[in-house]
Amino acid sequence: MMVMRYQLAYPETPIPIVGWFFAESGGIMLPENYNTLGAMHGTIMIFLGVVPLAVGAFGNYLVPLQIGAPDMAFPKLNASSYWSYFIGGVIMLASFFTPEGAARSGWTSYPPLSIFESGQTMWLCGMIFLITSSLLGSMNIIVTIVQLRAPGLTWYKLPFFIWTQLITSFLLVLAFPPLEAASILQLMDRVAGTSFFLPSGLVYAGNAVEAYGSGSPLLWQHLFWFLAHPEVYVLILPAIGIVGEIIANNTRKPLWGYKSMIYAISFLGFMSFIVWAHHMFLTGMGQTMSAFFQLTTMIISIPSVVVLTAFFLSLWGGSIRFNTPMLFALSFLPMFGIGGLTGLPLGVAASDIFLHDTYYVIGHFHYVVAPGTLFALFAGIYYWFPKVTGKKLHEGLGKLHFWPSLLFMNGVFMPMFIQGLAGLSRRMYDGGTQYAHASDILQWNEFMTISAFCLGAAQIPFILNIFMTLASKATGERNPWDSTTIEWSAPSPPLPHVNFDEEVQVYHGPYEYSVPGKDKDFCPQTVK
Amino acid sequence: MSSIPYILEERPDTGLNNSRLGIWIFIASEIMLFGGLFSAYVFLRFAAPEGDFDYWGSKLNVPMATFNTVMLITSSVTMIMSWASLRMKQFDKYKMYLGLTILCGLGFLVVKYIEYTSKFHHGIFPSSSTFMGIYFTLTGLHVLHILGGLFVLIYFWSPVGKRMYDEDPALLANRIEITGLYWHFVDLVWIFLFPILYLL
Amino acid sequence: MSEKTDITVEEHLEIQHHVKTYINVFVALLVLTFVTVAVSYLEVSFIEAFFLAVTIATVKGSLVLGFFMHLITEKQAVIWILVSTLIAFMILMFLPLVSMTDHTNIW
Repeated sequence: MMVMRYQLAYPETPIPIVGWFFAESGGIMLPENYNTLGAMHGTIMIFLGVVPLAVGAFGNYLVPLQIGAPDMAFPKLNASSYWSYFIGGVIMLASFFTPEGAARSGWTSYPPLSIFESGQTMWLCGMIFLITSSLLGSMNIIVTIVQLRAPGLTWYKLPFFIWTQLITSFLLVLAFPPLEAASILQLMDRVAGTSFFLPSGLVYAGNAVEAYGSGSPLLWQHLFWFLAHPEVYVLILPAIGIVGEIIANNTRKPLWGYKSMIYAISFLGFMSFIVWAHHMFLTGMGQTMSAFFQLTTMIISIPSVVVLTAFFLSLWGGSIRFNTPMLFALSFLPMFGIGGLTGLPLGVAASDIFLHDTYYVIGHFHYVVAPGTLFALFAGIYYWFPKVTGKKLHEGLGKLHFWPSLLFMNGVFMPMFIQGLAGLSRRMYDGGTQYAHASDILQWNEFMTISAFCLGAAQIPFILNIFMTLASKATGERNPWDSTTIEWSAPSPPLPHVNFDEEVQVYHGPYEYSVPGKDKDFCPQTVK
Repeated sequence: MSSIPYILEERPDTGLNNSRLGIWIFIASEIMLFGGLFSAYVFLRFAAPEGDFDYWGSKLNVPMATFNTVMLITSSVTMIMSWASLRMKQFDKYKMYLGLTILCGLGFLVVKYIEYTSKFHHGIFPSSSTFMGIYFTLTGLHVLHILGGLFVLIYFWSPVGKRMYDEDPALLANRIEITGLYWHFVDLVWIFLFPILYLL
Repeated sequence: MSEKTDITVEEHLEIQHHVKTYINVFVALLVLTFVTVAVSYLEVSFIEAFFLAVTIATVKGSLVLGFFMHLITEKQAVIWILVSTLIAFMILMFLPLVSMTDHTNIW
């Protein structure tokens, strides 16, 4: 990513340090290199980064603990889901070192380009393994939540995080398989000479394509976005769950609107299946379907507003503790707010015609995923680190990580809205120097690149913190945050294969904080 | 013995054991997988020139496919009979029915092999047309699912099955039930594949 | 042979009753298969043929789902999962097609 940002700020100049990789062009990045970085950045961040971390790691680790179960329902399936991810990851990363190079047709892999461009075959094989991994993992999570809840843990006593994991897993189970089907079809197009996605009479690079034709590039887009839209809710829901847990804990109050939020995210899950063509407004769609998808997209913004409002209201009257997890969780609220609000002009077909495939889109989705989900994941790491390792991360380093990260995140992504509104297109290797309408907004590129490098530097305290804390002596404290949910009654770290050292019995809801009449300001779920 | 509850016994409030819920969720994902391919079929049919799919579809062998349909339906019955026999503690009948199921599955594969090779022999490949492409992909994926199922069935038909029966008959019955659900699903896919590909 | 508690007479009879059902379903499925093939020779429009084929296949499928896969007696959780899957499946089948027919004629 840093390499890409350098290229955008200083196009046509040799890239320092890694320039040897582009030896043939004298250290200067070629368009196909940029396209490769762009496609693989998206793929790796989503499928090797956020989903495995949010669902595979946080999900598989915390779900049994938060419901008082000894393990996931199917431990061997759990392992196979990890190893499938591992193989998929190896294939994806190995593709960089093949003569063809890695994929370069965008993480969206649109045909016809993706049928003829290099690198897509390994991308598709990698995707098949990664999709399988997510499918196996999400099946495991659903069965675990339904079947292995501790005695007394009824549905409306579940922590909000568990509800988000449940809905996320349903989205994965139902939405991922069509993409697996589509990947198989695209693989056949590349390898077996079929033309599922190739229309008749196609001419590529000056030559008529020798295939049967009568296929449809739009078929891929429909199948791809049928997954990829629920996928973005997969990226955000676990994050929302984590933020909910941390806010409840650090305001010493129950979450406001717990049931409303559950209904909201359930509705969101359902709606996410009927909005996907808002990614396809520019494909020549008729007015009826445009209006339909625009309507469903507008409607789907409502549940997010419900959740965000509920979180804000949860802060009202709370005794707020500003520790590092809370800082990240709090910053999630305005950052996700900006990300969500900037999605609205994209959901309205009329404005999307102008904004589609511009930097505005990049700004929008990065706001939701980077200072959105990623900050929530950081919050989760700081919050649950003592449970996993028995050691609490250093607060000072945590704050040193947080404040610059917040500042520079905005530095990188806010100017993108300006660039997008001016009409600057995305996926251009030189950042748009060849376009007259871009001339007065290109100076932002240098600003954004410097912010990006500072953002990178801001992660150093975090990495140092992890290593230092791991090397330090464990306190083994069970509940350093004075939290109510079940995972905090397990030993730190939890016992292998059984998690808990005592029988788990649940007596009440997950957020019994500041209950009048009790001597402490919190009452764990497992305590009468 | 694992500390995980409800592997065999049913959880009171949901009425399910873990593996039955798990296999149904897996089947749900498989419905969406084949659904993606069916959706592609419908899309491609409308995208193709008038009569294109009828022309290429007429090259398929209906009698062979009808025979295959009967084979799979039979294998479904023998599968459920094998499970029923196991629950009635009739191990030999269980093994016989399971063996019949495997034979029907293998028979299906043999017929498919004949179908495919005869197509290739006549110069018809997946690349020959979009219909042939989706035909080979749909049936090919289905064949892979049959193969996977056969591996599991053969595993339980082997001496492993007898050992499991001796140690924990309830566990074997559960495993056969789950395998049966998967096998019936594979039959279900073919019940839709057959008319759509061969008869329309 | 290790000692196994034999099942009760009631259980045995119950399973045998189920076996009768299985055989009946098997016969029904065979009949419907031949009906499917016979119907395909009728001279009808594509839409009618499609509707007929899918209807018969749905009936056959329902028999397999209901009796062989025990959905008739299955619990709520499983039924709801399958209903949601069916809805997602229908969306996947029809929305892309509808949006194509609404197109400005580009394939």
